[in-house]
Amino acid sequence: MVTVSKPGRYAGGEFNQIVKDWEETPIRIALAFPDVYEIGLPNLGLAILYDQVNQREDALAERVYCPWPDMEAVMRAHDIPLFSLENKMPLREFDLIGFTLPYETLYTNLLNMLDLAGIPIRSENRNDRDPLIIAGGHACFNPEPMHAFVDAFVIGEGEEIIHEIIATIKKSKENALSRADLLRELDQIPGIYVPSLFRVEFRENGFIQAIRHTEDETKTGVLKRIVRRLPKPVTRFLVPNIQTVNERASVEIMRGCSRGCRFCQAGMITRPIRERKADEILAALAESIESTGFEEISLLSLSTSDHSSITEIMQGVMAMSESKRLSFSLPSLRIESFNPELISTMQGKRKGNFTIAPEAGSQSLRSRINKSISDEEILATATRIFEMGWTNLKLYFMIGFPGETLEDLQGIVDLCRQIRSIGKRLVGGRLKIHISVNTLIPKAHTPFQWLAFSSREEVTEKYRLISEGLRKTSIQVDWPHYRNSLLEVWLSRGDRRLADVVESAWRSGAKFDAWQEHYDDRKWLEAFQNTGLDPDFYSMRERLPDELLPWEHIHTGVDKRFLLSEWEKSKHGEISADCRLTCHACGIQSNFHLSCSQIRAGA
Amino acid sequence: MRIRISFSKTADLRYTSILDLQKVWERAARRAQMGLQYSQGFHPQAKIQIANPLPLGFSGKNELVDLWIADFDSIHQIQQRLLHALPNGMAINAIEILPENAPSLPKQVESSQYRITFHDPQPEVNKLKNKVSGLLTELSIIRVRNGKSYDLRPLISSLEILLEDGKPTQIILNMPSGPGKTGRPEEVMFELGFQWQDFQVERTRLVLGEAQP
Repeated sequence: MVTVSKPGRYAGGEFNQIVKDWEETPIRIALAFPDVYEIGLPNLGLAILYDQVNQREDALAERVYCPWPDMEAVMRAHDIPLFSLENKMPLREFDLIGFTLPYETLYTNLLNMLDLAGIPIRSENRNDRDPLIIAGGHACFNPEPMHAFVDAFVIGEGEEIIHEIIATIKKSKENALSRADLLRELDQIPGIYVPSLFRVEFRENGFIQAIRHTEDETKTGVLKRIVRRLPKPVTRFLVPNIQTVNERASVEIMRGCSRGCRFCQAGMITRPIRERKADEILAALAESIESTGFEEISLLSLSTSDHSSITEIMQGVMAMSESKRLSFSLPSLRIESFNPELISTMQGKRKGNFTIAPEAGSQSLRSRINKSISDEEILATATRIFEMGWTNLKLYFMIGFPGETLEDLQGIVDLCRQIRSIGKRLVGGRLKIHISVNTLIPKAHTPFQWLAFSSREEVTEKYRLISEGLRKTSIQVDWPHYRNSLLEVWLSRGDRRLADVVESAWRSGAKFDAWQEHYDDRKWLEAFQNTGLDPDFYSMRERLPDELLPWEHIHTGVDKRFLLSEWEKSKHGEISADCRLTCHACGIQSNFHLSCSQIRAGA
Repeated sequence: MRIRISFSKTADLRYTSILDLQKVWERAARRAQMGLQYSQGFHPQAKIQIANPLPLGFSGKNELVDLWIADFDSIHQIQQRLLHALPNGMAINAIEILPENAPSLPKQVESSQYRITFHDPQPEVNKLKNKVSGLLTELSIIRVRNGKSYDLRPLISSLEILLEDGKPTQIILNMPSGPGKTGRPEEVMFELGFQWQDFQVERTRLVLGEAQP
């Protein structure tokens, strides 16, 4: 163990770890995060499931992360199968392995972990003794590229469905069901997608002809699961013994977002909005701090300042951080709702980075993407922030939006330069501005899902314009490598045939694709070649409105009709107001038979 | 108030480095609500001082840490609070109150004592004895670590073989501490011709010097 880097990754034993009696607990679940320990440990989704399962008498949940390549080499050389951190049990011994897939670049790691566990990577090659392989998380809203490797996907939120899955596995074990029958049982649970029970027919040109359930003609797809009420937040977070990417007591204050930005997949797939009450949030934070000893707290949501009681929450947080020596972070503040009252709650605090996300360089383009804030509002917010004492500002932009012009790119440059001169005036030499410019990835289930991805030439030219425009400003500009964005495009927009590409890339050694130093695009291009598929078919082609999309059978509750109308509105620069003010009939209320305004308040 | 805690660091915690151990202590003290003190300034640091680092993978029987905390009624009270606040692999041996102005803990440590236990198959005793006496008669033992050569011999204050019926063979090794004296027990074992997989190392004691305020 001491010969590998950071052996603490494989030790477990964190404070608040739950180790149950293996022999005495009938249902055993391994929760797997297919990236390295330091990235996986703070993941809130996994923490929620760990908490939900371990609260049960009849089930245990243990964790496993992806071994770093040096550890993998040791394990392969000594025939050590992948094991869990709690009871150090081989993964093969579990009833269920549940993978968390928040992003697509983890796919090859999932295959690698199965292989290290000695489990066949393809579902079709597993037998009744192999664990059931389930995956969930945002990437699973287009599960198709992974359909061959995962037995069943959880589409949507996991807090309630996990208990139905456990009940089904229990029944299956008691009645010694075959694997095929267990999958049939799982297929009955709303929100579970069993890919082997669906057949996808392709036309010769690669377009999809039909997607059908193999046994039930009436089943046209799977509607995502939601919880009507957010359960009690997790407070007994695992406290790592080695440094991880973030170590804080976090509480999700709100799920969903009412803004409807047209590029934002999270905003479309996490509807409807559900808020936690201020007193529940503050009580959970106090409890977490006591049970973990963490020095930092974090309020999570897609749009923190949109919570209806944000001022009350912030006042509570500030009082707590005063008395208990805490720092706090609140990502995802929005300019529109970031009011002076909210700022004043932060008076006198140590100032870290402040982030603003204008996304586009002009108000007209911002209307097209439905992020309707004016340049004046952005400049006013920047002014207020500098006046309050912040010196480090981070700005998020995207390029590649439909209808983007040279003026819009110049707008990014102008906006940055204006903010810089305000900053220079107010905070002087301590000013640090950092901008991050991403290329739009037209994600599934968004109004932009039909768009083609930008070409390499376009992207290079746009980045050149921006960086030249910002020369001699000491503004630091960051953008991703084009090849990394491409992988995300292929995997998030791919169909079933991509499974062969994923497998082929993994067989030639692709892993840790989310890591700049590991990602090798040649392996992926070769994999496309080996399987005879054209990568441009997935990335460079605008899709037709009446085309069957690979994810057509996965329903988010937001209707395709709504996405199309949003795309139309985008073309005309028309905005759709915050849906708390005007309902745009996206489909959530009718598909889930609920009232957004009631469910938002937790009624 | 300044207290010194003698504790063990074993099991899963063996893979926690001294930097991370600092955090482990900070959080344990916060969970135990001991009123941990912080330095002044823009980036306040918890007032925690850990004695010499223990190399990754070694367990420690009697490690030492100094903590600056709020006033308290009795040591027993502190012990009780820590009872449920410590992670796996950490246990308290003793707690004592220290004068605020006592010299810093790392400065007080004069030497470390290690117990090295052989895994099976056990080494042949006579051969081992010969190797050890051979090593101890050397005047200097030049080794290279991280591209720098250094003399290991003055970093061995004593080295004894411990044989007990029915127990694996052990070596008791004392190595001095101090600026520039960072001898590592495994290097002594490598010099004796053994490899990582042949033994395990435990630090049994930190020997404190006379240094008084």
